[in-house]
Amino acid sequence: MANHSTSHPTHVQHHFVDSDQQFDSAKMGMWVFLVNEILFFGGLFCAYIVYRAWYPELFTEAALELNTFWGAVNTVVLIGSSLTVAMAIRSVQKDQIEGLKKNLLITIALAVVFMVIKGFEYAHKFEYGIFPGEYYTYEGLQHAQAAIFFSIYYMLTGVHALHVIIGIGLIWWIYVRAKRGEFSSEYYTPVEITGLYWHLVDLIWIFLFPLLYLIE
Amino acid sequence: MATAEVSNKRTLKVKRFKPSENPKKTFLTEEKGLWAWLTTVDHKKIGLMYLGSVAFFFLLGGVLALLLRTELLTPAKTFIEADTYNQFFTLHGAIMVFFVLVPSIPAALGNFILPMQLGAKDVAFPRLNLASFYIYVIGAIFTFIALANNGLDTGWTFYTPYSTDSTSSVIWVTLGIFILGFSSILTGTNFITTIHKMRAPGITWGKLPLNIWALYATSIIQVLATPVLAITLLLLTMERFLGIGIFDPSMGGDPVLFQHFFWFYSHPAVYIMIVPGFGIISEVITTFSKKHIFGYWAIALSSLAIAFIGFLVWGHHMFTSGQSAVATTVFSFLTFLVGIPTGIKILNWVATLYKGSIEMKTPMLYVFIFLFLFSIGGFTGIMLGSLAADIHLHDTYYVVAHFHYVMMGGTLIALLAGLHYWWPKMTGKMYNEFQAKVGAFLIFVGFNLTFLPQFIMGSQGMPRRYYNYIDQFTIFHQTSTIGSYILGVGFLLIAYYLFISMIRGEKAPANPWGSRGLEWQATSPPDLHNFDHTPVIINGPYDYHKPMEEFQLGLADSHHNGHDPSHEAAGAKKEVATN
Amino acid sequence: MGSLFDFMLPELKSPLTGATTDAVMGFVHIVSFILLAGVTIAMIYFAIKYRRKSDDDETPLITHNNKLEITWSVIPLLLVFIVFGWGYKGWLNLKTVPDNAYEIQVSAYKWGWTFKYDTGAQVGNEVHVPAGRPVKLVMQSQDVLHSFFVPDYRIKQDVLPNRYTYVWFQAEEAGESQVFCTEYCGTSHSDMLAKVIVHTEEDFKAWLDEQGTGGGGTPEERGENLITLQGCVSCHSVDGSDGIAPTFQGLWGKERNFQEAASVSADENYIRESILDPSAKIVEGFQNQMVSYEGRLSDDDISDIIEYIKTLEE
Repeated sequence: MANHSTSHPTHVQHHFVDSDQQFDSAKMGMWVFLVNEILFFGGLFCAYIVYRAWYPELFTEAALELNTFWGAVNTVVLIGSSLTVAMAIRSVQKDQIEGLKKNLLITIALAVVFMVIKGFEYAHKFEYGIFPGEYYTYEGLQHAQAAIFFSIYYMLTGVHALHVIIGIGLIWWIYVRAKRGEFSSEYYTPVEITGLYWHLVDLIWIFLFPLLYLIE
Repeated sequence: MATAEVSNKRTLKVKRFKPSENPKKTFLTEEKGLWAWLTTVDHKKIGLMYLGSVAFFFLLGGVLALLLRTELLTPAKTFIEADTYNQFFTLHGAIMVFFVLVPSIPAALGNFILPMQLGAKDVAFPRLNLASFYIYVIGAIFTFIALANNGLDTGWTFYTPYSTDSTSSVIWVTLGIFILGFSSILTGTNFITTIHKMRAPGITWGKLPLNIWALYATSIIQVLATPVLAITLLLLTMERFLGIGIFDPSMGGDPVLFQHFFWFYSHPAVYIMIVPGFGIISEVITTFSKKHIFGYWAIALSSLAIAFIGFLVWGHHMFTSGQSAVATTVFSFLTFLVGIPTGIKILNWVATLYKGSIEMKTPMLYVFIFLFLFSIGGFTGIMLGSLAADIHLHDTYYVVAHFHYVMMGGTLIALLAGLHYWWPKMTGKMYNEFQAKVGAFLIFVGFNLTFLPQFIMGSQGMPRRYYNYIDQFTIFHQTSTIGSYILGVGFLLIAYYLFISMIRGEKAPANPWGSRGLEWQATSPPDLHNFDHTPVIINGPYDYHKPMEEFQLGLADSHHNGHDPSHEAAGAKKEVATN
Repeated sequence: MGSLFDFMLPELKSPLTGATTDAVMGFVHIVSFILLAGVTIAMIYFAIKYRRKSDDDETPLITHNNKLEITWSVIPLLLVFIVFGWGYKGWLNLKTVPDNAYEIQVSAYKWGWTFKYDTGAQVGNEVHVPAGRPVKLVMQSQDVLHSFFVPDYRIKQDVLPNRYTYVWFQAEEAGESQVFCTEYCGTSHSDMLAKVIVHTEEDFKAWLDEQGTGGGGTPEERGENLITLQGCVSCHSVDGSDGIAPTFQGLWGKERNFQEAASVSADENYIRESILDPSAKIVEGFQNQMVSYEGRLSDDDISDIIEYIKTLEE
């Protein structure tokens, strides 16, 4: 580590020695936070595994109620948004602030598309009376524990959707800061760590999609 | 990280910085006023705010405990109703676990000490640190809403289906603790990053104080276990809110699954509470023996081993629950393995005393009390890990006594050791040594009088969480209640002399105990940015065989206010290779 | 030493289930005591012998000793292996019910126990068993988690609402033992007690015959029996005192005031509704705590209980 007397650029907080230390710390902190996120979803996946082991036939039956086509579209949409986030980081590294802003906007648009499709999927299920928990009234499934599958479905996708909404907020905040000209190839830590977060949101969906929609 | 930089050793110019005994500016004199405190990002002020909050909740939980013990003076009703009693023990447990023990050492003492022991100006994310504190406060507010509104009567473990049927405010408390969990997660994230990225020049992994190793292990558990508690409580909340049925037997769910989820967090949480206590013991025992720690790596790595194995033993809370036989066997076996690194630590500490220069100041007195009480807690833990014995002892007062010996005799006594040890550093004032020793004596006597009888009555069959009890247990309950009053007086005495010391205590020198720890090379109380120079480390934190001058080095060209002329005299150039 | 352990444990009345438990506990207590004494004496001895003589004391540099570390890792490891194996053996024994065990069905509810025999006989809060013969209890809960604990037999097992769990024991001599509920279950958790009453083989037969098939007697008598068996009396007194729930005394024909429903006078339909759907009408000053008895009481049972309540005049 370098010594203290090097002059501080404005974006370096007082307690860091230099820009590198600040960048490394932020990145590491985000990674640790992502590990925690994985454990958070891990609890839900665990509930999924337990109930799938207990009621395997329920899961195959109930999965047919989910719309695989729109699920697949959403998967493509999210993977696309991960790509644009990566391109946003690439742009800022090359000091192309216009490219950064454009890519961030496309990411937000894709995330909104994801949420709209998800909203239609939910609305479609509510029409049939497929509500979570005790409000479940659908009669198309014979299984006695049918409500449990959808409880798990709503919990998993609901918590994931919450993460998407938080992601939209974060990326919008990054966009606003980019517009103010706060980022350059010298300093783009917030862009990088928000990107990390967004990749995780994408990754979790890549697990959710086959587990919920594609059970044979 | 350390190995990556070994290849490009650099030479730093250093000079001696002796901490001033009369600091003009300290973190207490700068940024004064209530608003400055509430909006501060200074880790020291945040640590003290945590300390205040923890003390407040400890008072609350302690008063509840005394009320419970008073009710148990007689076998039938003494002065409160059964429902009130049930609420009191639930709140006593929930408050002591979530609001006192979990944040006590890492968030209160750790926040203050960790950056100083690393020679950093602050933690890696100071604003996040402040946010953690306010998240803790919001979690507390949720819990108070529950208190004002029906209370909580599920026991701190929230077992389903009782907790899904209960008419008390379960949702408020589970949400409160859900929120509180994020405070713990963010503190852990902050500490891990700080330990990795913010160490002063020369602090390699092999020169980290053992307190840092302990906090590092704790932070890892916090980050890995707390999210599972969060999702469990979220599921429980949804269970009550939407009836999702995952834990509800009448809907095809399983209450035992809840227990698995709950203990997957709550067992590692036990280590979140006790492991930072181990760190304090290592610091105090070396300082007051004036001797190098015995088995540095054994103690450092056993913390990590405990953190790791601690994740695999949660099922030992469920030997009678109806979990599968294979699970029960494996969990019992692993439980014994986690006892080994703990035993290793105790023996290493005792070995550290050998041929030392032992001074029985109050912090050291608490270390001795810790070693005695925590050993009893550990041995009875081995007893409870044994399947046949656990079937008999599960959910009796034997378990109650066991975890009080571990959590109170361990964590809380370690906290008291640390509090007395670092009090001069935190406040710049000395407390009255005689009163402190009387306090420690009262705590020791009161504690054993309270909890030793509980081993006997538990072993005889007295179940826990009982409002009424059969007559044969009366004598044990009464002894225990008397003990708890003595304990209460002990804590009041501690509160009294610590308070007095803040007002008119003797001024503390920079390093009253002659410790080699880096935090003692700052002034008492420290500067707003901890050190007014960049510290450089060439020796380990327990190298008591080396002269004090070698522990007072900093970069030669770092700023210094220069009040103490001795720096100039000691400003000889010294070449230090860092890696 | 032996007498201390006798003092710590209640007299063992089912050696087949409890002998290993007692032996393991004795072993762990003795070894722990020796180790604790060793650590404590060493600590105090060092503190006195090596007390600080002056501020300039110099201490030798002793950083570690691998042989010592290995010794004090391996010896405790061996000790805990012994404790594990021993405890495991005892636990396997607790889980292995002998083939000739006499089976009794147990139903736990807030806050009491019902024991059903294969003759159809039912008793509440006391279970009568034959001496010298293994007894297996097959248990299920009507509501929340409970736990069946008999200290004298060293047995304990949680009772769950969605599945059956079991314990077994063999009391060697006639006598009584205390049963506790050890899983927290609400207001009267600490009053959820029962007794095991051990008879000699002949006495047990005689007792069981005396019970008949659970029926018999006038409707009032059957009703009185039922409210004890089903645990109604643990909340609803019959002597006029209001506890957790309203008393049964003087209930018949009385005007009831509710928290959220119009008042009615207590007739057959009201009592029937209160048993089958307790949360429909909550009497003022009380909380909704009762579980439904739908499926647990037949229509005849309910009529008998109503007949009995009619007799409880103020």
